[in-house]
Amino acid sequence: MASNQAKIGYIIRSPERDQEAIGISARAKEMALKMGLALMLILAMAFIALPVASLFIKSPIDATIRSLHDPMVMDALKLSLMTSALTTSIVVLMGTPVAYVNARFHYFGKEIADSLIDLPVIMPPAVAGIALLMAFGRMGILGHYLNAFGISIAFTTLAVVIAQVFVSSPFYIRQARTSFEDVDLAFENAARTLGASRVYTFFHVILPIACNGLISGAIMAFARSLGEFGATIMFAGNFQGRTQTMPLAIYTAMQGDLSVSLCLAMILVIISFVVIVLVKTLTRRMYKNARD
Amino acid sequence: MLEIDVEKQLRDFKLEVKSEVANGEILMLVGDNGCGKTTLLNLIAGLISPDSGRIALDGRPLYDSDLRIRVAPEVRNIGYVFQSYALFPHMSVYDNVAFGLRTRRVSRQEIDFLVKDHLEAAGLWEIRRAKAGSISGGQKQRVALARALIIEPQLLLLDEPLSALDVRKQAAMRRDLRERIHSCGVPSIIVTHDLRDVACIGDRACLIEKGKIALSGEASDVMGWGGVPDSERTIPSVSTS
Repeated sequence: MASNQAKIGYIIRSPERDQEAIGISARAKEMALKMGLALMLILAMAFIALPVASLFIKSPIDATIRSLHDPMVMDALKLSLMTSALTTSIVVLMGTPVAYVNARFHYFGKEIADSLIDLPVIMPPAVAGIALLMAFGRMGILGHYLNAFGISIAFTTLAVVIAQVFVSSPFYIRQARTSFEDVDLAFENAARTLGASRVYTFFHVILPIACNGLISGAIMAFARSLGEFGATIMFAGNFQGRTQTMPLAIYTAMQGDLSVSLCLAMILVIISFVVIVLVKTLTRRMYKNARD
Repeated sequence: MLEIDVEKQLRDFKLEVKSEVANGEILMLVGDNGCGKTTLLNLIAGLISPDSGRIALDGRPLYDSDLRIRVAPEVRNIGYVFQSYALFPHMSVYDNVAFGLRTRRVSRQEIDFLVKDHLEAAGLWEIRRAKAGSISGGQKQRVALARALIIEPQLLLLDEPLSALDVRKQAAMRRDLRERIHSCGVPSIIVTHDLRDVACIGDRACLIEKGKIALSGEASDVMGWGGVPDSERTIPSVSTS
């Protein structure tokens, strides 16, 4: 009898005890969820941090400093910085009007134009390289005519710049378009009613308001140019001092002196890190301005 | 004097407005959201084009579909205060007010003199260096008005100039707004939702319904409009002054 009562008491518990049990169970579930998420975060961070840290751990300092004087490193560094800076300037000058037109106006075929602008982002770099060769190479569609005038683009420094412009322009144009779309049309209208022409309005009102976003896009395009490999090696080749940019030099050095390769890789990692910090700072400022 | 006789097909209805606003007169436009009030201001300012009709200011056509005249907004010389005030966030209060003078290539000395004059009149001289985004709603409203008035416009358009202010500030602002607009002596059109704005600021009022003037009369009579049944709100021949 007593044991039966105990059984019944166990089955039909008081509501307070039920709530307590539910509370403990919910807390345990929440704790398990938090621990699971923390573990996934740690794993994801370790997955990215380990290769980057290994690069620095495995590079002997003295060999790295010595490698900095290697002509291959200096040539690649100079060429990469020069071509990436030139590429970014071209992308900004040509991409800004395109981004503004796409942000503000509707025209026939806009969807196609938009998709075409984004195409290099999803196109494999090697495919981009062959495509550029077929267009601007000696036997290419346009290159054929240029060759008749003694102008050869493929396998020159100009080819490096063209390949970089091709692959990096979507990064700038997309960001610039978003920045222009974020500029309230009322600012433009206010400027016009105050006597400003379209050009004056663009340079004195729209551009300064969108400027943080444009700089952020330009930095992304610069970073993409600096890391460009596939299209460059296909379209411009791999000639030291002429077309051998840093990623190409890393690839070449890997087959000989690993310390040179590690030195170049470290420089690229440091530049990438600076780029990320710059972009994040500017993006934060952009959103702060938008909120104000 | 402003003469308007325009038509524009909007998504749900056709905007058809014929009216006149005399120099020194303040016309209040009231109506529900989406009835075409702001569109009418944008048509007058030249920010959008009517389908047909005529807009003339002091006899000078700003838009005439028959004569194919469409004057660009930057040369219409119209002061427009936007609902959001549209102060340029990257500029200081001073630069916002000076903007319209700089586009007109006024000399620096004259800009300094005029901006100081307008900012002092609006009680804004102390905050002239503040960024436009960092000032209060009432200050923004006064900066926007000073920016519109400094260009000595031939017409003033104000889109819900008091809607962004809290109720306590609105009463004081109504008096200030009426005095400042009347001192210009140019025709003015103010869009509002609030019948108290109409009674306190305006000289004449028009009720817009689905793009048409449904009622028109003295601004002081507007409080009685609330009792008018919908069936009696036929489109009257618009009184002009």
